[in-house]
Amino acid sequence: MTARPTRDAYGHALIELAERDSRVVVLDADLSRSTRTDWFQARFPERFFNMGIAEANMIGVAAGLAAAGKLPFATTYAIFIGRAFDQIRQAVCYAGANVKIVATHGGLAASYDGGSHQGIEDLALMRTLPGMTVLVPADYEQAKQAVFAAAAHDGPVYIRLQKEDVPCISAPGTPFRIGLAERLVEGRDVALLAAGALTAEALAAADALRGEGITAEVINLPTLKPLDAAAVRDAAHRCGCLVTAEEHSITGGLYEAVLGALGGEVLAPVVPVAMQDRFGETGPWRALLARFGLDAEGIRAAAREAVRRKRALGGS
Amino acid sequence: MSSDAPLAPLDAAVLRRHAREIRRLTLTSIHQAQTGHAGPSLSMVEILTLLYFRHLRYDPRDPRAEWRDRFVLSKGHGAPGLYATLAHAGVLPREELGSLRRLGTRLQGHPNARDLPGVDASTGSLGQGISIALGMALGFRMDGRSNRVFCILGDGELQEGQNWEAAMAAPALAVPNLVAIVDRNGFQSDGPTESIIPLGDLGAKWRAFGWDVHEVDGHDFHALDAALTAARTSPAPSVVVARTIKGKGVSYMEGVTHWHHHPISDPELAAALDEIEGSPA
Repeated sequence: MTARPTRDAYGHALIELAERDSRVVVLDADLSRSTRTDWFQARFPERFFNMGIAEANMIGVAAGLAAAGKLPFATTYAIFIGRAFDQIRQAVCYAGANVKIVATHGGLAASYDGGSHQGIEDLALMRTLPGMTVLVPADYEQAKQAVFAAAAHDGPVYIRLQKEDVPCISAPGTPFRIGLAERLVEGRDVALLAAGALTAEALAAADALRGEGITAEVINLPTLKPLDAAAVRDAAHRCGCLVTAEEHSITGGLYEAVLGALGGEVLAPVVPVAMQDRFGETGPWRALLARFGLDAEGIRAAAREAVRRKRALGGS
Repeated sequence: MSSDAPLAPLDAAVLRRHAREIRRLTLTSIHQAQTGHAGPSLSMVEILTLLYFRHLRYDPRDPRAEWRDRFVLSKGHGAPGLYATLAHAGVLPREELGSLRRLGTRLQGHPNARDLPGVDASTGSLGQGISIALGMALGFRMDGRSNRVFCILGDGELQEGQNWEAAMAAPALAVPNLVAIVDRNGFQSDGPTESIIPLGDLGAKWRAFGWDVHEVDGHDFHALDAALTAARTSPAPSVVVARTIKGKGVSYMEGVTHWHHHPISDPELAAALDEIEGSPA
């Protein structure tokens, strides 16, 4: 299976999009070589604006460009989204501005830069904003399609991308439908609900679990908001227990979104795979995933725990 | 109002009459609501008057027309002054001013562009308007459109660093169609700006960032008009630092901190309206 970073998908998608939509403009905050917007800059220099190390102003300018009829993509790292939270709230969401905000290096991906650069709260911040659509694509192809879907959607969208290679699991050309989950593997003992890079880890975990007699569903939730609540409830009904897997803080991300979707109406144990209430640290990305239990092995352990709890409750 | 023709000679007496009416409507609506920012609204009345009755191109019957100039009130707490101006200019029904800050109104405590045609940006969290105005100006410039963008900034809100991010970026983005006007009334919510975090020589600061700077008396129509007229042909973004008086036109409010945001009683309103009525034409 090939593997590619989802940030590369962004770089490629922007160029394709701009070729057919003259409204597209791209802003970056001095990270264009890392976010891949430099590819867009090389192709469309007059539609690219490097706003310097000033995220707050970048978001405000993007809102103004949208008001003038442009389709702006404002770009930075996931960690720096917090620096412009108020601007995203006021100038983008409160105003209903048609601005797309794209953050690369989501989760632990800024791995060697350390905890100061690992964006593990961005999804919580973005989920709180009325009118914000939050997308966390799982692989290169899904990321590319997510960019197209965001462009076609009228209103604010946040897309969180990855720096590192992640396995390509989506068939090329599969359209991205905002708000819909995707069942990748069927199973009956436990459902693994995953977003972003941990989707591939969940697939690997499901393979391994089969060897020990546990059949696991794998559901990809590339739209964190609006969450496909029906898909979550259906999975809970079918399997009786859930695991959530995200490269994000346990607070405010997929885990809590899933709990909210169940709403206490569907009784099923939910075991989170997420960063506990702590910051990351320096190291290779894969080693960090393993250290914090965010890899296939961690998901597998969480699945065993979910099944154990279900059985303790009398489920089959 | 859509032409870019040279401006007719300025008739200050007519503008003063408009300003009087805008002050009257501002105070009446704040009195009715028993909440709202009188002082910061009154200090910018001449600026709003000159914009809406001379420099801005718009159609009151079609306030969202593409060709219109844009106006961003970065100091969003001056909303009552803006609403009064929009009502006097015929963009808003006058009777709607009575709904200021009431449940279900389009006249939110701070301007909301989503609900209210005639308001081009949602503002209120200070320090953000200039970035939005900059983005608008950039978009128009990219498309070769002649729309201009005007943005009124409070002086107190210049303590927000985002203004200076935008000030630094604007010359690099080549936006001669952007005009910022600083309502330099010298006060912020808690008191005089210079006793809190001094803003110092604002003209020098903007000049250092590469803007075309005009420093004028913000209640003098001729001086303001000269600055805005010069800004039309400036190759750089322009800023007008307009020296104003907070609460201008109502002597008991002028330069008094608590009139930043304070309910107006019946006798206070009567006294204020009398004074405005008697002001020189």
